[in-house]
Amino acid sequence: MARYESLLDACGGTPLVGLPRLSPEVPADAPPVRLWAKLEDRNPTGSVKDRAALYMVREAERSGRLRPGATILEPTSGNTGIALAMVAKLRGYRMVCVMPENVSAERVQLLRMYGAEIIFSPAAGGSNQAVATAKQISAEHPDWVMLYQYGNQANARAHYETTGPELLQDLPTITHFVAGLGTTGTLMGVGRYLREKVDGIEIIAAEPRYGELVYGLRNIDEGYVPELYDAGVLTRRFSVGTRDAVLRTRQLLEVEGIFAGFSTGAALHAALAVAHQAIREGRRADVVFLVADGGWKYLSTGAYSGTLAEAEQALEGQLWA
Amino acid sequence: MAIEVRIPTILRSYTGGEKVVQGSGDTVRDLLTDLDTRYSGLRARLITEDGALHRFVNVYVNDEDVRFLGALDAKLTDGDTVTILPAVAGGAR
Repeated sequence: MARYESLLDACGGTPLVGLPRLSPEVPADAPPVRLWAKLEDRNPTGSVKDRAALYMVREAERSGRLRPGATILEPTSGNTGIALAMVAKLRGYRMVCVMPENVSAERVQLLRMYGAEIIFSPAAGGSNQAVATAKQISAEHPDWVMLYQYGNQANARAHYETTGPELLQDLPTITHFVAGLGTTGTLMGVGRYLREKVDGIEIIAAEPRYGELVYGLRNIDEGYVPELYDAGVLTRRFSVGTRDAVLRTRQLLEVEGIFAGFSTGAALHAALAVAHQAIREGRRADVVFLVADGGWKYLSTGAYSGTLAEAEQALEGQLWA
Repeated sequence: MAIEVRIPTILRSYTGGEKVVQGSGDTVRDLLTDLDTRYSGLRARLITEDGALHRFVNVYVNDEDVRFLGALDAKLTDGDTVTILPAVAGGAR
């Protein structure tokens, strides 16, 4: 279907594309091991977050939390803010984002273009600080609506009801699903759906491992695990460093022509690890990984060119996923 | 048996500022016990009183989260790299 009543109706239904050149070679007579990319950059604002934003707003409207002209407040350093700002614009709400001051320039510009107001939180505190600041502002403005993507079940449900079924319909032979771990909404929603439908499915998280500055907490007790997270949905969880994520992001563009953000490189790195394991074990595998967004918003980091060491340096202290 | 252990900034007060230390053990539990003999107090920051891994601590063996490899019973072999990190909120969400 290619005709929609509005941009909001054009959310989801993204392509699943095979990666014949990037899929590792299997020995003769061995079962096939194939990699597939779910192109979530093909959503209205260019990221997987459109699904969650739309579901969270619709749920808040349905429950009466969100009334015409209301203000939406959200801790977000990028894609969710952009997605919510677009939905807010079309549905008639004011949008306020709380984000760390060390995110890329494009994100700030995009958010302002979509009409969002931005409150910056200190870079040293990372996303944890943005979440804490947003909760504080929310307490001061009880009439503002914080949809709170980290704990909002509508975030995971968007993927349970849309992304998951799309994947199963397009690839009934799916054996592995790999995605980046942030709010955990994508992995929880898709993971629960596929676990119900596919015997032995593996749900794999690729967690970005940033430079040390991002982990600048005062002590362990100030750590944070999203309320949505249920470890029981996952089968494995990988930590992917900046260098590996950049390497894979470049490889995806070089070999298959897909221009993605760095969180996608992290997911691809984990996808290749499980694909190679399947080959070692002589098992058939259809490994899907999620392309969360395109690379456009990260060009100013400079990390798409130069040596890997230079790219790593450029991304040091940045939230690259 | 030599295991390389990467220590996060916030726990380096226990390792005299060292980013990377060496340890030994057949499991993550053994490794943390071994480390505690030289870096006293480190183990108590990672394991709760009831003997489980602290909720806000993630431990990875060769970049894989040990909670999916048997948690503290996750097996270690010579040459493995163990990374300890505090749990933080996602990045560009």
